[in-house]
Amino acid sequence: MSEIAFAGAVEVGLIFSFVALGVFLSFRVLDFPDLTTDGSFPLGAAVCATLITAGCNPWLATAVAMVSGMAAGLVTGLMTLRFKILGLLAGILTMTALYSINLRVMGRPNIALLNEPVVFSVGERLGMAYPWTNTAVLALLVGIALAALAWFLATDLGLAMRATGVNARMARAQGVNTAAMTYLGLAISNGLIATGGALFAQANGFADVTSGIGTIVVGLASVILGEKFIRSRRMAALLFGTVLGSVAYRIAVQAALSGDGAGLRPSDLSLITAVMVAIAMVVPHVRVKRRVGVPA
Amino acid sequence: MLVRVARRYLPIIACSLLGLAAAEAAVAKTRFVAVTAIVEHPALDAVREGVRDELKAHGFEEGRDLRFEYRSAQGNPAVAAQIARQFAGSEPDVIVAISTPSAQTAVSATKTVPIVFSAVSDPVSARLVGAAGASGTNVTGVSDLPPVKDQLSLVRELLPSAKRIGVVYSPGESNSVVQIALLKEFAAKAGMTVVEAPAVKSSDVQVAVRSLIGKSDLLYLPQDNAVIAAVDAILPIAAQAKLPVIAPDESSVAKGALATIGFDYYQVGRQTGALVAQVLAGGKPGTIAWQYGAGTDLILNAASARALGLAIPDAVSRRAKKILGR
Repeated sequence: MSEIAFAGAVEVGLIFSFVALGVFLSFRVLDFPDLTTDGSFPLGAAVCATLITAGCNPWLATAVAMVSGMAAGLVTGLMTLRFKILGLLAGILTMTALYSINLRVMGRPNIALLNEPVVFSVGERLGMAYPWTNTAVLALLVGIALAALAWFLATDLGLAMRATGVNARMARAQGVNTAAMTYLGLAISNGLIATGGALFAQANGFADVTSGIGTIVVGLASVILGEKFIRSRRMAALLFGTVLGSVAYRIAVQAALSGDGAGLRPSDLSLITAVMVAIAMVVPHVRVKRRVGVPA
Repeated sequence: MLVRVARRYLPIIACSLLGLAAAEAAVAKTRFVAVTAIVEHPALDAVREGVRDELKAHGFEEGRDLRFEYRSAQGNPAVAAQIARQFAGSEPDVIVAISTPSAQTAVSATKTVPIVFSAVSDPVSARLVGAAGASGTNVTGVSDLPPVKDQLSLVRELLPSAKRIGVVYSPGESNSVVQIALLKEFAAKAGMTVVEAPAVKSSDVQVAVRSLIGKSDLLYLPQDNAVIAAVDAILPIAAQAKLPVIAPDESSVAKGALATIGFDYYQVGRQTGALVAQVLAGGKPGTIAWQYGAGTDLILNAASARALGLAIPDAVSRRAKKILGR
């Protein structure tokens, strides 16, 4: 794996850590299986790319993309909480609707951003060396998101949200407005995911309506990998583990892509990726068994 | 403690080392052509084979003085981005990027490694190149903008009384959207109207085709992945409704569509391969003008024409490269 390939893997991993953090918030903190993800990721890309090509400042475009993702999360929340649609189904409905909405936003299926100003341009201006410019900017952004989330989840509001996910009935008994917490959690989660989409579009020079396929799987895989790397009760550590999981996932994909010879075919990529994730998950189990004296 | 940490991170470290070792082992003093496509698909695969054969014709043979590496993004743009970075990092002599998203990720990954794109309908609006002609950058290639004008004049020759063109396409595929826009433009000039039936997925195509029955005089299928995947479901419905079908490729005509004028994607690949050979011979991609695909073939299905009660004019059948079902 060359330096550029490695930097690329870290870069894509950091972009998708926004997705992973969003998925962590909905699936783990809120205990809400939200499938809006596959729609909110391309929504962020679509909104951001449309604004940038219209001459908008890339930082503002990214912020608006985040807000659009939050709105998508609220729609899913509205369907489950107000209209009592099953959470899983509500997410699928929003995701399906977003496909058409994304086409409406962009006006066509693919918007190119090559040679447009993007948030990563700031790295070049500061004289950072290729191929680490994007990665440095991203590391900063992920750091900010991580710190903000860790801070938020430790506030009274954040604790109320965590309580909603752990035991909603108990939380209600303590005077927590669980519906409001679910709305807020879904909004923040999808806002993060849409930010990931906006950054992906800017880093790769295009927004495409098909770019949402499989986002939720990658997000979940990253969360699970992260939990295997860092086991802690501290929220900040868990969030950091999620970011680490996302980067590790991309490095594994890169390794699978570089796997030349040994009878591997390019079409084996998905299998290799799945095997690597599985290995990462199995290794800790084997170790625990050994420790307690059960033959592995 | 340290051991525990090491064990925990073992999977990542192992994965990275595996990648490093694999990349290091493959270094050799031959020409290196790295090829990527967004997905494995008959047309895109034919382009790749065309490139390979054209390079062979230019004396670059795999295993002797050519390393030909192929990676498919398997339909996933994030994987396409990683493949582009991997290629940018392994510094091949040429990157061949087949399909719009693969070409866009390659162009955003490197400004120095020569890139030859192929099977991109509209390279200007995809921002791969600034305008017609030589790009002045590290990019050149072949566009597969479908010969919509020729297809439409074929329709007028075969079906002179047809006024309404029914179209099934996926609104999420940029190639199809470009093609439909062109079709509308030319149809309006010819005094014809276009009736659209969008289908997001292959499973929606059948319903979309049914909605066109009675509202159109023929069915036009664009070069659209979702539509082509469902062509076996489309043709029987069209045959029942006596709707003539103008298809984008030969295999659909073999299955029962009336006619096609389209690219032989293998030939598009040969044309792409010729550009790759120019770059390998020392040409600068920035000085080589990108081009439109050349050489479209007319293929007819006589059995389908008979079933529709249609007589194919001699002027048309004489131009045909192949007439199936005679």
